[in-house]
Amino acid sequence: MKNSKFINNTSRRTFLGGAAASVALTSGLATPWIAQAAGNVKIGLIHPATGWAAYPAAQLRYGAQMAIADINAAGGIKSMGGAKLEALLGDSQTKPEIGAAEVEKMNEAGVHALQGCYQSAVGLAASAAAAKYNIPFSVDVGVSDKLVQRGLGNVFRMADGYGRIARDAATNLGEINARAGSPAKSVVIVHEESEFGTGTAKLMTNALKEHNLEVIDTIKHANPTRNFDNIALRIKSAKPDIVMPINYPGEYVLLAKTLRQQRVDFMASYSVLGGGFNFKFVDDLPQIAENMIDVNHWYNPNSASGQAMRKRTEADGKYFTFEVYCAYMSILFLADGFERAGTTDKDAVNAALAASTLEVDFMPYDKTKMVDGQNMGSRAVAIQAQKGDVQIIAPSAYASADAVFPRS
Amino acid sequence: MSALGKNMMLLLAGAVLLMVAPAFIVSKFYIDVLTLIFFTAYLGQSWNILGGYAGQFSFGGVMFFGTGAYASSILLTTFGVPPIIGIVVAIFAGALLGFIVGFMSFRSGLKGSYFALITLAFAELLRVLANSVEFTGGGVGLFLKYAPGLSNLQFETPTGFYYFALLLLFISIAIALWLERSRFGAQLVAIRENEDAAEALGINTLRCKIYAIMIMGAMGGAAGTFYAQKYLYLDPPIAYSIHLSVEMLLVTIVGGMGTVFGPLIGAFVLHVVNEIARHFIDTPGLSLIVYGFILIIIISYLPNGLIGMFKKKLKQTDASALDKLKSDQGDGNA
Amino acid sequence: MLPAAIINGLMFGAIYALVALGLTLIYGVLHIINFAHGAMLMLSLYAAFFLFQLANIDPYLSIAIVTPAAFIFGYLIYRYGIGVLSKGKDQNILLITLGLSIIIENSALFFFSGDQQTVSLSYSFEAFDLGFMYLSYPKVISFVAALVICALLWALMSLTDMGRAIRAVAKERQGARLVGINVEHIFAVTFGIGIACLGAAGCMMLPIFYVDPYTGNIFVLVAFTIVVLGGMGSIIGALLGGFIIGITESVGGLLLGESLGQIGISLIFILILIFKPTGLFGSKV
Repeated sequence: MKNSKFINNTSRRTFLGGAAASVALTSGLATPWIAQAAGNVKIGLIHPATGWAAYPAAQLRYGAQMAIADINAAGGIKSMGGAKLEALLGDSQTKPEIGAAEVEKMNEAGVHALQGCYQSAVGLAASAAAAKYNIPFSVDVGVSDKLVQRGLGNVFRMADGYGRIARDAATNLGEINARAGSPAKSVVIVHEESEFGTGTAKLMTNALKEHNLEVIDTIKHANPTRNFDNIALRIKSAKPDIVMPINYPGEYVLLAKTLRQQRVDFMASYSVLGGGFNFKFVDDLPQIAENMIDVNHWYNPNSASGQAMRKRTEADGKYFTFEVYCAYMSILFLADGFERAGTTDKDAVNAALAASTLEVDFMPYDKTKMVDGQNMGSRAVAIQAQKGDVQIIAPSAYASADAVFPRS
Repeated sequence: MSALGKNMMLLLAGAVLLMVAPAFIVSKFYIDVLTLIFFTAYLGQSWNILGGYAGQFSFGGVMFFGTGAYASSILLTTFGVPPIIGIVVAIFAGALLGFIVGFMSFRSGLKGSYFALITLAFAELLRVLANSVEFTGGGVGLFLKYAPGLSNLQFETPTGFYYFALLLLFISIAIALWLERSRFGAQLVAIRENEDAAEALGINTLRCKIYAIMIMGAMGGAAGTFYAQKYLYLDPPIAYSIHLSVEMLLVTIVGGMGTVFGPLIGAFVLHVVNEIARHFIDTPGLSLIVYGFILIIIISYLPNGLIGMFKKKLKQTDASALDKLKSDQGDGNA
Repeated sequence: MLPAAIINGLMFGAIYALVALGLTLIYGVLHIINFAHGAMLMLSLYAAFFLFQLANIDPYLSIAIVTPAAFIFGYLIYRYGIGVLSKGKDQNILLITLGLSIIIENSALFFFSGDQQTVSLSYSFEAFDLGFMYLSYPKVISFVAALVICALLWALMSLTDMGRAIRAVAKERQGARLVGINVEHIFAVTFGIGIACLGAAGCMMLPIFYVDPYTGNIFVLVAFTIVVLGGMGSIIGALLGGFIIGITESVGGLLLGESLGQIGISLIFILILIFKPTGLFGSKV
C-alpha cells in the first residue's frame, strides 16, 4: 500500500514473470514476453519484499523508485536520447535460490542492470547469476565483503562493506575518545552469530588496538535471542568503558532496553552497523536512544540535497533510513554509468561503472573510485542520538554536533 | 498386463519429453523454474517415502539436506575433494544420520506427532551445532568457488543444472516405482495402515522404518550437494531451514501422499500458483495471502491431493494421469 | 551470575508457558498441531500494540480486551474454518493451519508493514533491586500474570461443567458424542481457549519484546518443546515445562555462550521424547 505512490511510475507488468512460465508451458504461447516500452533502460530491483526483511526491502524499493522518478523527470539518460529508466520489481523472499531465479527472470525481460539484495547470502547468489550474463549489478545494501571480492567484473558497491566500516568505526572512536581526553580504555563487543557480526567483530578487535582500546570480552549471541538479561549482567561485571553491539534490529533494541533495565553503566554504547539505530528508534524509545552512538551508512545532513531528500521521505510518511539513500545513490551510480556509456551494451556499461567518478553530495563521500567493484570514496560516520534527532559526531569534517562523550 | 505396458510407455514418453525439453525452451528463466520444481519434487519424494508410504510424518526433513550439503562442501573446501565424490559421501552421511535418528526414535516407539516433533528437534540441534563449531565455518558459513565442470557438479548454464535436477528426479521416481512394486514397499504401506497388524504378520516394522528413513536421508544428502554447488554458499539458517522441511511435506501432501507422482504434481502446481500470484500482485504480502487461500482450497476440496483429481477424472492410474499432465506442458514448450 | 540466570529463566519461562498453554490444550483435546500458533501470537501482539498506540490502553489492561477477542477469533476460525475445511483428516488440519499462518503473516505484512514496533511505558525501566540484578516491573508483572492465568485455566478445566465436557471429549470422543455432548462445539471452545491464552501472552510480551509480522515464530519451537516436556495436554506440565526450559536456556547461555547455549532446548526436546515421550505430566487434560 505504501508503494502504491510509485506504481504509476513503474511498469509492473511490462515483463511477464512466472505467470508467463505457466501460461507458456501449458497453452503453447510462442513468445513469452509481451511488448515492452521500447528504448527504456530497465533496472531490476531484487529485494526481500516478503519475509523477515520486508521492512528494509520496502525502504530500498522506495529509495530506488524515488531516484528513478527524479532522473526521468530530469530528462532521463541524455546520451541515449533521453531514454527513461524503468524499474522491474523482484522479490527474493529472503532465499538465495529465489534471488538467483529472479535474475534469470529479469534477464529474460531484457534487464540492463540489477540492484539488490540487502541480505548478503542472497546478493552472493544473485550477483553470481548475473555474472553469467555480464549484467551490471549494483549492491545497494549488503555488507559482506565477499560480494566484491570474487573477481566478478559486473558487481559494484557504492556503500561500504563491513571491512571499511570497521576501519572507519575504529578511527572515529579513536577520534572521539582523544577529543575527550582518552577516558575510555576497554570495550565489550556483543555480536550476532552470522558472517556480518562475526566478521565485523574480528576486524574491530584488531582495529581498536591501534587506538589503544582493548577488547576485554566478546559475546556472541544467537539469532533470534529472546532474552538479553544474562548478557547485560555479563557486561556489567566486565565493567567496560564502551559497549559495542553488532547485530540486527530486533536484538539491537532488546539489548539496549535490557542494558538500561539492568542499570549497566558505561561511557558509550558504540555500535557498528547497529541494525536498530535509526530515526524510528529515536522516536519510539527516546529515553534509551539518547546519546547512543552508531557507525553506519548515513546521509550528509550538511548538504541541501540530503536535507531535501529527508524532507520528501518524511512527507511520504516514511522514516529516512539508510536504505532509502543507499538505494537512491545506487540508482544514480547506474544511471551515470549508462549516461557515460551512451549505450546499454553490457561491457561498455560495466567499463563505465568501473571508471565512475560520480560525486554524490547527499552522502559524506569523496569522489567515487572503484577498486575491484568497491567504492573507495565511501565513508561511514559516527552518529549519535541527541535530543530526539541524530547528529554526525565524527569525523569532524562532517560533524553536525559535538559528541556527548562520555555520556552523563 | 497391457495396461502396465501402456503406462510404462507413457512414462518413458514423459521422461523423453523432459529430457529434450531444454532444446525447445529458449527462456533460461523457465529452465531455472523447472529446475527448482524438480529439486522440490525430489525432496518431496524423499519425504514421501517415509511420510507417504510408511506413514511416518517428519517436520525436520531438512536435516538430511543440510548435512549432505555440509558434508560435500566441507570435503571440498577443507580437503579439496571434488563434489562428484563428495556427493557420494553426502549420500552416506544422509543415510547415516537417517539411521541414527531412526534408530533412536523408532526404537523408542515414537510415532505420529511425537516422531514428527523429534525430527524437528534434531534439525534444530544440528542448526545450533553448525552455528557453533569451527569446521562448518560457524555462522560465517562456507563460500564455494565458482568452477564449472562435471567433477565439481557445477555448470555454466542453467541447462546443466536442469539435467542434474532431472536426473535426481528420475532417480526419486524410480525409487517410488520400485516401492510400489516391491515387497519392501508393501511392508511400508502395511505399517502405515496398521502397524500392530503389520507386526503380527511378521514384518520387522522397526527395521523397515529405519530403512525408509535411511533412503530419505540418502536422497536428502544428494540434494544438499546439488544446492551447495548451484548457489555456492551455505550457512546454518540455509542448511537447516524449517521452511524447506515444510515445503517437502507441503508439495507431497498437496500432490498426493504415498503416490509416485504426487510430489512432482504438488511441486509443479504450488510453484506455478506462487509465480502467478506474484506476477499479478507485487504489493508485498498480498500475493502470499492469495497463495495461502489457494492452498487451503486445494486441501479442503481434494483431501487426497491433486492426484486424486486426476484419478477420478481420467479413471486412469497415477502414471498415466501424470503423463497426461506432462504432455500438456510439453506441447506448450514446443 | 548463576542466581541471576535462574531468576531470568523463571521470568521468561512463565511467558513461554503461556504460549505453550494454548498449544498443549489444543493438542490435548483436538490432537492437532497448530502450525498457525506463532502467527496468532503475533496477531495478539499487534492487537495490544494498536490498543496502546491508538487508544493509549496499557498493554496489561488490554488483556481484558484482547483475551476475549482472541477467544472469539479462535472459536470462529475453528468452527467455521479449520473444522469444516479439514473434514477430520489430520494431515489436512496440519496444512490448513499452515495455510492459515501464511495468510495471517502476510496480511500483517500487508496491513501493518514489516516495520518492527516496540512500546515504551512510563514504568518500563522501573525495577526491583535484588542486589545482584534488577527485575524490571514489566517482567515481574508478566510473571505474576502468567501464574494467575495458569491458575484460572486450571480452575476452568477442573471445576466447571465446560471443563468437564472438554476433558470428556479429550478422553473419549465417541463416548462424549453418545452422551449428548456437542463435540464440534467443544472443539471450537477448546481452540478458542487456546487462542485466548495467546491473546493474554501477547499483551504480556509486548512491553518486554517487539512485534513484526514474523515475531511469533521466534517462540514456536520453544513452545513445542515445553508442550512435549510437560506432557501434551497438561496445564501444570506446561507451566513447569516453561520454567525448566526458561532456566535451561538461561543457564545454558551462561555456561556455553549465548549461541551454543540454545542447544539445551533441542537436547531436552530429544531426550524427553526418547526416554519419556508422555512428558513429565503425561496425564491428559
